[in-house]
Amino acid sequence: MGKTLAEKVWDAHIVHQASGEPDLLFIDLHLVHEVTSPQAFDGLRAANRKVRRPDLTLLTEDHNVPTQDIDKPIADLVSRAQVDALRNNAKEFGLKIFSLGSIDQGIVHVVGPQLGLTQPGMTVVCGDSHTSTHGAFGALAFGIGTSEVEHVLATQTLPLKPFKTMAITVNGKLPQGSTAKDIILAVIAKISTGGGQGYVLEYRGEAIRALSMEGRMTICNMSIEAGARAGMIAPDETTFEYIKGRPHAPVEKDWDDAISYWKTLKTDDDAKFDAEVIIDASTLTPFVTWGTNPGQGVSIDGVVPDPNSFTNPTEKTAAERALVYMDLKAGTKMRDIKVDTVFLGSCTNGRIEDLRVAAAILKDKKVASSVRMMVVPGSAKVAIQAEHEGLPAIFKAAGADWRSAGCSMCLGMNPDKLKPGERAASTSNRNFEGRQGPGGRTHLVSPLVAAATAITGHLSTPDEIK
Amino acid sequence: MEKFVTHTGSALPLRRSNVDTDQIIPAEYLKRITRHGFEDALFKAWREDPEFVLNKPEYKNATVLVAGPEFGTGSSREHAVWALMDYGFKVVLSSRYADIFRGNSGKAGLLTAEVSQDIIDKIWSLVEKQPNTQITVDLEKKQVTAGDIVAQFQIDDYVRWRLMEGLDDIGLTLRHESKITEFEKSRPSFKPATL
Repeated sequence: MGKTLAEKVWDAHIVHQASGEPDLLFIDLHLVHEVTSPQAFDGLRAANRKVRRPDLTLLTEDHNVPTQDIDKPIADLVSRAQVDALRNNAKEFGLKIFSLGSIDQGIVHVVGPQLGLTQPGMTVVCGDSHTSTHGAFGALAFGIGTSEVEHVLATQTLPLKPFKTMAITVNGKLPQGSTAKDIILAVIAKISTGGGQGYVLEYRGEAIRALSMEGRMTICNMSIEAGARAGMIAPDETTFEYIKGRPHAPVEKDWDDAISYWKTLKTDDDAKFDAEVIIDASTLTPFVTWGTNPGQGVSIDGVVPDPNSFTNPTEKTAAERALVYMDLKAGTKMRDIKVDTVFLGSCTNGRIEDLRVAAAILKDKKVASSVRMMVVPGSAKVAIQAEHEGLPAIFKAAGADWRSAGCSMCLGMNPDKLKPGERAASTSNRNFEGRQGPGGRTHLVSPLVAAATAITGHLSTPDEIK
Repeated sequence: MEKFVTHTGSALPLRRSNVDTDQIIPAEYLKRITRHGFEDALFKAWREDPEFVLNKPEYKNATVLVAGPEFGTGSSREHAVWALMDYGFKVVLSSRYADIFRGNSGKAGLLTAEVSQDIIDKIWSLVEKQPNTQITVDLEKKQVTAGDIVAQFQIDDYVRWRLMEGLDDIGLTLRHESKITEFEKSRPSFKPATL
């Protein structure tokens, strides 16, 4: 029997295998940020261990960093101490770091791909659940906890129990106005926040093939929101074209060898998935969330559901609770929901294509007076590219706030937060209670919906903008 | 890591599903660079409500958290496990866990025992009526006992062994160091390096 893509990548990284034990897998790339690593470095020091492969490790500052006044010391002293700890650890252990102010600084999941460090067939880990993003290249990429960060630093391996595999087949063509974000929000609504537990998801089908690398990253990024540690897409010409010429892309003979290998990285015709979900892209409309987990989403043309419409008692209770927290009434049209804040950014939708489509809608328009819009590029390089294309000028002319790169309001670890009771349309990945600031309310949306919503002040699609 | 064989203590009934790690510990508290001292941040937002179950004096000394399905979803922050342990929890009971949270628990020494939602419902009812009920979680027998309720729980066999022996993963892996070195020699030259 043939193998799935995930199985091929897994098998190519087995260092040690024995019955009754997890497989020991080699890790090709370890990305590290300031929040989930200080205790891991402390662990190394306590045990007098070194970083085994500094050449396969990369540090960047993203979660804590401010998105304005980045030329000044970080005002929040606790954040500053954590960022300093990362810088000191880089120095002590001889690791590459992209600090605030560096041209290569940015959100860890934007930085890896833009440097060409993320390549097909690799194993990629990071102490961050959105590491699944890198699966868009046909890499096996997943988030780990701090104990595992320490383990990878010390050994460049991880003991892991094999995942099951699930095919997410997205057939047909996406209608105009629907995006990769709408595909993944629809997938999560369909299989729920726990549906992917224990699985690696492989996204396939015509609609996935048609996506750019950035769209594919948006999809794989939110695999964790469906409970799956990893999501993957088989590499193809789109992938190779994206990687070619990037700073860490292979060159000359290595490029030819890499391409020959990468072309073998697809699920064999006779391979079997443990589960399969099929979605028709041609029926997808923009999706938005109404509740407090990413599975609580509907079409923007829909209404806030009645908790009584859920047959599962757990889902019913969760919906009741979510409506109280979100201050929403069942039956309200999603398009009638007014927001105070629009956040465009994050490792889900903070790349150049996201900024381009939003700027195209905001050009010569104004952000509603009742709304503050914050635009945060995913990396310094994305910001520079945006400058080159004149996008910040468009955002600023519309009345939006153009910031420096970082995770920002996606999780509100820096000063970019919602105030209690504020409601946001956000291109990020989590609508958990308080995620964007204590008491804040989040509706997850695509960049297109974010831009249109900024103009009208209520959840909207671009076709509403005259 | 301390060995875990069996634990007896009172329980906290948390009647909520999809308890994500942002609820267990908000991002604001992840700025600390220590591995301990997170007990004040546990369920921070919910704790502001005096009616929240964690604030009730009858559950003050609970060491077994009994939660709804999809416990620990979202962020990979191991701080969620540390906050639970720092507060005094030794065991979580739920019918479904998020993968990363469950993995982190096993590494840090928090037992995540999986039982059916039906058992969770029964334990909730019992400890809501009698908050001082002592619950025993026996890792050797893979069994949870609460009053008349006796149930087997699921846990990965390897994780169970590691918890019972109190073993350090890095030490276990380094037994295979020569294999790691061998593997490294076979890696193709086109794979990227950061330095």
